[in-house]
Amino acid sequence: MTETAPLLEMRGIVKSFPGVQALRGVDLRLHCGEVLALLGENGAGKSTLIKVLGGAHRAEEGTIAIDGRETPLASPPESSAAGVAVIYQEFNLVPGLTAVENIFLGREVTRAGFVAQRMERDRAAALFKRLGVEIDLDAPCRRLTTAQQQLVEIAKALAFDARIIVMDEPSAALTSHEVARLFEIIRDLRRQGIGIIYISHRLDEVFTIADRVTVLRDGRNVGERPIAQITRNEMIEMMVGRELKDEFPARTPTLGAPRLEVSGLRRGRAVRDVSFTVRRGEILALTGLVGAGRTETVRLIFGADPREAGEIRLDGNVLALRSPQEAIAAGIGLLTEDRKLQGLVLGHSVRENFGLPNLTWLSRRGFVQLSQEREHFGRYVDQLKIKVPSQEQRAGNLSGGNQQKVVLAKWLARQCDVLIFDEPTRGIDVGAKYEIYLLMNELVAAGKAIVMISSELPEVLGMADRILVMHEGRVTGEIADARRATQEQVMQLAVA
Amino acid sequence: MRASLTRLLTDHGMILVLLLLCAFFSVVTYSEQSPIGEAAARQVAADIRQQFGQNPRVLIVASDQPGDTAFASGIARDFAGSGGQILATVKGEPKDARETLQKLSATGGRLDAIACTQVTGAWLVFSDLKTDFPALGQPRVIMPRSYRWPNFLKSENLLNIANQIAVIAIVAIGMTMVIITGGIDLSVGSLLALSAVLTAGFIRDFAGGVNASFGGMLLACLAAIALCGIVGAFSGAMITRFAIPPFIVTLAMMLVGSGLAYILAKGQSIYQIPDSFVWLGRGADLFSLPNAVVLMLVLYALAHVLMSRMKLGRYLYAVGGNGEAARLSGVPVKRVLMWAYIASALLAGLGGVIMASQLKSGSATYGNMYELYVIAAVVVGGTSLSGGEGRMLGTLTGAFTIAVIQNGMNLTNVESYTQKVVLGLVILGAVLLDRIRHPR
Repeated sequence: MTETAPLLEMRGIVKSFPGVQALRGVDLRLHCGEVLALLGENGAGKSTLIKVLGGAHRAEEGTIAIDGRETPLASPPESSAAGVAVIYQEFNLVPGLTAVENIFLGREVTRAGFVAQRMERDRAAALFKRLGVEIDLDAPCRRLTTAQQQLVEIAKALAFDARIIVMDEPSAALTSHEVARLFEIIRDLRRQGIGIIYISHRLDEVFTIADRVTVLRDGRNVGERPIAQITRNEMIEMMVGRELKDEFPARTPTLGAPRLEVSGLRRGRAVRDVSFTVRRGEILALTGLVGAGRTETVRLIFGADPREAGEIRLDGNVLALRSPQEAIAAGIGLLTEDRKLQGLVLGHSVRENFGLPNLTWLSRRGFVQLSQEREHFGRYVDQLKIKVPSQEQRAGNLSGGNQQKVVLAKWLARQCDVLIFDEPTRGIDVGAKYEIYLLMNELVAAGKAIVMISSELPEVLGMADRILVMHEGRVTGEIADARRATQEQVMQLAVA
Repeated sequence: MRASLTRLLTDHGMILVLLLLCAFFSVVTYSEQSPIGEAAARQVAADIRQQFGQNPRVLIVASDQPGDTAFASGIARDFAGSGGQILATVKGEPKDARETLQKLSATGGRLDAIACTQVTGAWLVFSDLKTDFPALGQPRVIMPRSYRWPNFLKSENLLNIANQIAVIAIVAIGMTMVIITGGIDLSVGSLLALSAVLTAGFIRDFAGGVNASFGGMLLACLAAIALCGIVGAFSGAMITRFAIPPFIVTLAMMLVGSGLAYILAKGQSIYQIPDSFVWLGRGADLFSLPNAVVLMLVLYALAHVLMSRMKLGRYLYAVGGNGEAARLSGVPVKRVLMWAYIASALLAGLGGVIMASQLKSGSATYGNMYELYVIAAVVVGGTSLSGGEGRMLGTLTGAFTIAVIQNGMNLTNVESYTQKVVLGLVILGAVLLDRIRHPR
């Protein structure tokens, strides 16, 4: 049977960022009136792929054809002119403008140079009627609920006559009732012949709404099947895929007394009643999907955000932490997930970055002991094999791996008892990863306790002694013997 | 290595611009100079000794201008120490000189030299001494020789530049710290006025007015500066506690401070201050450097050490460079910010005291628009308004650049409206230069 050209055909898309090969030749096909679920682990390349489609990134290789015609999508306006609308997880709405103003932002309906407000309003009202919802058209968007804001995004897409709508984790912040409503709307759009790419970590939803599934892993396609021909376990296997190799240094754990105990941690919807204990010499992995509340939890332990409830004990003593300063003084260190925004002052030298948490002991009567600072940092540069031309090198000019090593150095020098590693090896090449793993092993061998957040399951299984899985702000499962756990087991708990 | 090299270049880049400006104004103001006062006296005395040996007989002729008095007494002093005879000293008009000459020729005294200033040397009475007063022998009129030298580079002018910029430069120290943390302080001009009014008011009301003692004046100054510090602490608290943008907070405090200054001064200037109070603003005790300039240099040295060698300095940079990373590294961000705004306010207060001393009065009109000049000095000095970058010595260079431009234009008779236009363009140009050098 001869098929008409698909609505969208992306072929051999390649895209790399400094140090990371994000997409290595990805194909994607979407037909009219179809809902395609795009699946993959964190970092598999989904976001990059839809950013290429949305015109936000430019692919280095590969072609994109819409209705069989090749269309270069070089910029967001070109992309939306071609009928593509991407609804990112972080909405693209101006919070102070009303729904109507947001929908027509950048392409206002004008008459003699004036915005034809009545006309815009009528058209917006018609769009929402088509979606079957009612929204206060005059309220600024920041007053709308998340679900309503999402509807404004969808209306905006329809106002542009979009024929391809991409939704990135649309259900992440919605209640189940709102999700049901969203699905009705998606089905309705499907009937109107619009193609929808749906990205979600919630596999149940995928089975409910999708017609077909495409799975990405490490920037490559690993499978594409109609929804009827795939099981949940097959999906997880495809997403996880990799086999465990010998990429993790061996270690015989010797566990001591409890070092860090947290109980009843709570903050908003992100962290709801989290309790756990880490012992001396133990690596505890905190895993789960993005948005499960892992980072939020450790930020509470570190005093970076105020906690609503909960108790933190270090070596049995209750800590009344109110700021990172106090946490550090008590002996807790946090290596943040985002090196560039939170870990380093990029414009300053690596030495100054190294000194930042250590000036309390590197200075005397308010004066920084420069020679000592240089000496200590020099020792870590050698030990961690940090590749810097000099200690005065700007931190922003280093590669990801070296940046992470500078962050490591600054915390190692602080001699913390508990170290929290949030995604310690994200964006780092294999060699540097192994060195960081070795270092973690040395630290626990010296009696320190490590909490490691990681979305990479092989890393979790390879490094941790114990695994806690979080889902929507709660600990949903514990795997006591991480060595014998499987990725499927963890994934099952994470998507629960 | 490269980082430190670029840093060096940025510093020197602005210094280079400053030197070029100096060179430019030196060339433009190169002109005929006639020495006056002490300098003229030294030169004339040396000339006389060269021509007539160690023991000349001299008549001094000076007009009654103040500079000439210094000239006359300078020569008298010179010869009193080294031999030589001052037969008479004329201070007045040509007819006084004629009378003295007649008297001298009547007593039959021989005369070697007549020491004149450039003005008195041109008097007609000296045009034909041989015929008019033959009894005097053949006296020669010795005048200071004129020479060519840039008006700009005269030491009085250079000290004048330094003295005029001292207040702005001192206030700019605090502003540099604030801007390095990524903030801004618009209230400094108003605080300067408030401090001047408070100082003058305290001296008038509590320290005994024109009869105030040294201790009383000192207390008045310290109290005024401390009150400004409290205003700074209030701004800092608003910024750190309630996360109100610094621009808004200090804009409000700018209005509040200025209003308070007018209220306290009742719209007038307060001048019931002892004469000795001008010591700080007009005195020059050390190598004839104005005291305000000495104070400025000392403060810059201290601030430089603070920013480059001390923990607090490092924290100020870190907070401006990446506040969140700094906080997560255990930097007490709020305390550091408080410090910056308090320091800025204290230095603005000190600026007000100096200004009150310079002008020997306190008025709410002082410091008008100074916040802009101060910010301009900081920015021209290479400090980035987005925070995390900048150096104290850069700010000093920036302040001097602005002062030199203003002074140079004054010397070349550029009218004040045009000066504003030029100054605005220069500020823009300096920042543009910086941007071109490090594109972001």
